[in-house]
Amino acid sequence: MKLFRKQLSIWLLVLPLGFFLNSALHAETIARYGISMADIPLTTGQPDRGAGAYQFTGHTIYDPLVAWESNISTRPGKLIPGLATSWKVDAKDQKKWVFTLRKGVKFHDGSEFTADAVIWNLDKVLVDKSLQFDAKQSAQVRPRIPSIASYRKVNDYAVEITTKEVDALFPYQLPWFLISSPAQWEKMGKDWSQVAVHPSGTGPFKLDKLVPRERAELVKNSDYWDSKRLAKTDRIVLIPIPDAMTRVNALLNGQVDLIETPPPDVVPQLTSAGFKLVQNVTPHVWPYHFSTLPGSPWTDIRVRKAANLAIDRDAVVKLMNGLATPAVGQMDVTSPWFGKPAFKIHYDLAAARALMVQAGYSKEHPLVAKVIIAQGGTGQMLSLPMNEFMQQSLAEINIKVSFETVELENLYLHWRSGASSDMNAGKGITAINLGYVTADPFYGITRFVDSRYIAPNGVNWGGYNNPKVDALVDKIRTTFDTKTQDKLLSKVHEIMVDDALMLWVVHDVNPHALSPKVKEFVQAQHWFQDLTTIRM
Amino acid sequence: MLYAIPIALSVTLISFILVYLAPGDPLNAIAPADAPAEVIASLKSAYGLDRPVPVQYGMWLLRAVHGDLGTSIASGRAVTGEVMGAVSNTLLLAGFAAFAGVLVGCILGALAGYHRGTWIDRVATTISVIGVSIPHYWLGLVLTIVFSIWLSWFPAMGAGPDGSSEWLWNVEHLRYLVLPALTLSVIPMGIITRTVRALVADMLEQEFVVALRARGLSGRDIFRHIAKNAAPTVLAVASLQVGYLMGGSILVETVFAWPGTGYLLNTAIFQRDIPLLQGILLVLCMFFVLLNMLVDVLQPFIDPRMRRN
Repeated sequence: MKLFRKQLSIWLLVLPLGFFLNSALHAETIARYGISMADIPLTTGQPDRGAGAYQFTGHTIYDPLVAWESNISTRPGKLIPGLATSWKVDAKDQKKWVFTLRKGVKFHDGSEFTADAVIWNLDKVLVDKSLQFDAKQSAQVRPRIPSIASYRKVNDYAVEITTKEVDALFPYQLPWFLISSPAQWEKMGKDWSQVAVHPSGTGPFKLDKLVPRERAELVKNSDYWDSKRLAKTDRIVLIPIPDAMTRVNALLNGQVDLIETPPPDVVPQLTSAGFKLVQNVTPHVWPYHFSTLPGSPWTDIRVRKAANLAIDRDAVVKLMNGLATPAVGQMDVTSPWFGKPAFKIHYDLAAARALMVQAGYSKEHPLVAKVIIAQGGTGQMLSLPMNEFMQQSLAEINIKVSFETVELENLYLHWRSGASSDMNAGKGITAINLGYVTADPFYGITRFVDSRYIAPNGVNWGGYNNPKVDALVDKIRTTFDTKTQDKLLSKVHEIMVDDALMLWVVHDVNPHALSPKVKEFVQAQHWFQDLTTIRM
Repeated sequence: MLYAIPIALSVTLISFILVYLAPGDPLNAIAPADAPAEVIASLKSAYGLDRPVPVQYGMWLLRAVHGDLGTSIASGRAVTGEVMGAVSNTLLLAGFAAFAGVLVGCILGALAGYHRGTWIDRVATTISVIGVSIPHYWLGLVLTIVFSIWLSWFPAMGAGPDGSSEWLWNVEHLRYLVLPALTLSVIPMGIITRTVRALVADMLEQEFVVALRARGLSGRDIFRHIAKNAAPTVLAVASLQVGYLMGGSILVETVFAWPGTGYLLNTAIFQRDIPLLQGILLVLCMFFVLLNMLVDVLQPFIDPRMRRN
C-alpha cells in the first residue's frame, strides 16, 4: 500500500509536468513582423511594392524556377535551383534555354507542379489575351523579365524559353518570376481577387489570413519540398506600419517582435533597451546620377571626380547613426563585380578643389547645378538631411547646388523620362538623386551604362554613351561562363568609377531591429530576405 | 436633401481635376519604377487612363450613380469595400473622440462661464487653448511613450489584437481605442470649451437669468435654462467637429496605424489612386451633408423658436 501511494504520488507529480512540457513543446511559435509598407503586397503571385516586397508575399508563398540564395549572411548569395533543378543554354542556338523541372512538388492546394503550370504562369503575365492574364501581376513582372521572346513545353518536366537576343544574364531575371497554382485559380472561380485571399503556391509558407492594410498571417508549410528551408517559426504575422516611429513604438511596447528600417535617431535607445540591431551589406546605392548630355555642367570629368572627392562619407554614415556604409562605387567593395578602379574615391578636399580650379571654377565663378530629389520614401534614406549635407559639402569646392524637391512617385516620372526630357532639361535639372537597387548585373550595372537603355528606352538617365562599355556589355550577354562574366562585369564597373558616372555616397544596410524573443534571423546581402530563418 | 447633389458633384469634380493637376502618375502605384514605356502604355489602356480626363470623369460618375465606386488602381480591391471598412473604423474612433471632446468641453466651458474671471476660468481656458493649439502628431507620440512604452497600459498601435476585422466590444479591444481617441478629442474639446464658456458667460448677463433669479430659482434650475438656450449653438458646433473627425486625422491615424479614412485618404493621395480618392471623398462629403441635415432636423426639437420661424 505504501509503495502504491509512493508510485501514485510520483505519477501525480510527473503527469502534469509531462502535459506542461508537451504543450510547451508543441505551442505554436509566432513572430510578429512590423513592415514599413502601407499595405500587404499583392498575394496572387507577383508582389507589388518593389523588390523589398518579395520577402513578404513572394518567396514565402511562392517559388521561382531559379531562386536566389538568401539564407546566408556572410557572403553575397548566388543563383540556386528553385522549381527548376537545372537549366542550360542550347549550344547551337544560344537564345534557347531548357529548364528541367523539379518532380514531386505540390502546390498548397494539393495540385501538382508541372511544365503546364510554368507555361500557364508565363501566359498569365505575358499574353494579355489569355484567360488568366492579370494586368496587375503582369505590370510587376514584365519589366523584370524583358528578355523572354517565346516559350514552350518540352515534356511534363521540362520547358524551353527563347530569349529575344542571346542573353547570358537571363537566369538573373528568373528569381522575380513566381509560379502560382492554376488549379487554385480555377477553384476560386477564375477570379484573382479571390485568389488574393486564398492563394496557393509551392512556397515554405501558406497564407492563413489576410486583412488588407492591417495584417497577413503566414503559416509554416510542413510539406515544403526543400527540407533545408523549412520554416523555423510556425506563424509569421506581417503588420504594415508605414510610420517609422510607430514601428519603433510597437517594438518597444511588445506588439511586434521585429521591425524593418528603424529610424537612425532611435538606434541608441533600442540597443540600450536590449533590442538587437541587424544589418548587412545590401545591394543599394544612394547616388547623384549625373547628366552627361551636352550643356550639362557635369560633362567635364574633372568636375565629376571633384564632386566625388568632396564628400566625407564617414560623416554621412555618422549622420545615419551607422545605418549606412560608404560607397566608393556603384557596387559595394565586397561585390565580385567591383573590380579595381583606378580612380580611388575618398574624401580629399584639396584634390577636389584643385580639380575644380583646373576645370575653370572658383569662388567668384562657381559651378551652378540643379538636382532633383525626393522628400523621402523607400530607398531614399534620410533624403532631406543627407541632401543638405551634400549641398554644404559641394559648396566647399564651389559647386552651388539647388534642389527641385518632389514626391518620390513624381521623381520616378522624371527618372523614366531621362535627363534630355523637357521635364528635366527644361527646368535646368542636370542630376537626379534616387536610391538604386543593385541586386544583379542588369539592375546594378548594365542598365545604367548601356547606350541602348538611354532614357526613355531605359534608365540610363544621364545619356551615358561609351562604345567601349557597349562592346563589353555585348560580350557579357554572350558569355555563359560565370567567372568570365564576373570579370567582364567588374571591367564595366571599373570604367563606371573611372568615368565618375555618378556621385556615389553611401549604401543602405537594410537594418532590422529584433526583440530579445527573436533567437535567430539570417540577414542576406540582398533585398530578398528568407523569413524561414526567423526562429523564436 | 437635393442640395447634396450639387455638393457631391462639385467635390468629386474638383478632386478629380486636382489629382490631374498635381504632378505624378496613378500608374506609379502599380508599375515598378523602371517600367518601360510599352508597359506603361499598356497599363494606361487597361485602366482607361489613356482616355481624355472629362471622359474618365464621366465614366466614373456613371458607375458611381449606379452604386459602383470602381476598383482601386493600387490594390485592385473594390473601392466600396475599402471605403466602408475605413469609414466604420473611423466612425468608432471619431465617435469616442467626439463623445469625450464634447462632454469634457461642455463641462469645462460651463465651469469657466459660471466662474468667469476666477482661477477655474483661467485653468479651463488654458486647457482649451492647449487643446486647439497642440500638434496632434506630437501629442500622439507623447501619449504613446508615456502610456504604452513606460507604463504599458495601452497598445501603441493598431485597431485590435487581430486587426479591425475582428473587433469585439470588450476591454481588450477598447484599450486600443483609448490613446488615439484621446489624441483626437483635444481639438473638439478645446473648441467646445471656448464656445460653451462664451455662451454661458453671455447668458448669465441676460435679463431672463436675472428674472429667473428674482423668481427664486435654484442654481440648478437656472443652469437648466441656460443649457437649453445654449444647446442649439453647441449642437451646431459639435456637429461640425464630428464631421471633421469623420474625415479622419491623417496624422493621428498614421501615428497609431489606425486603419481609418484619414489613413486611406493619405494612401490614395500619395498613390494618385483616383478611384479610391473619389470614393472616399464622395462618402465623406455625403456624411457631412447628412450630419448637417440631422442637425437641422434636431435643432427645432431643442429650440422651439426655430419651429416658429
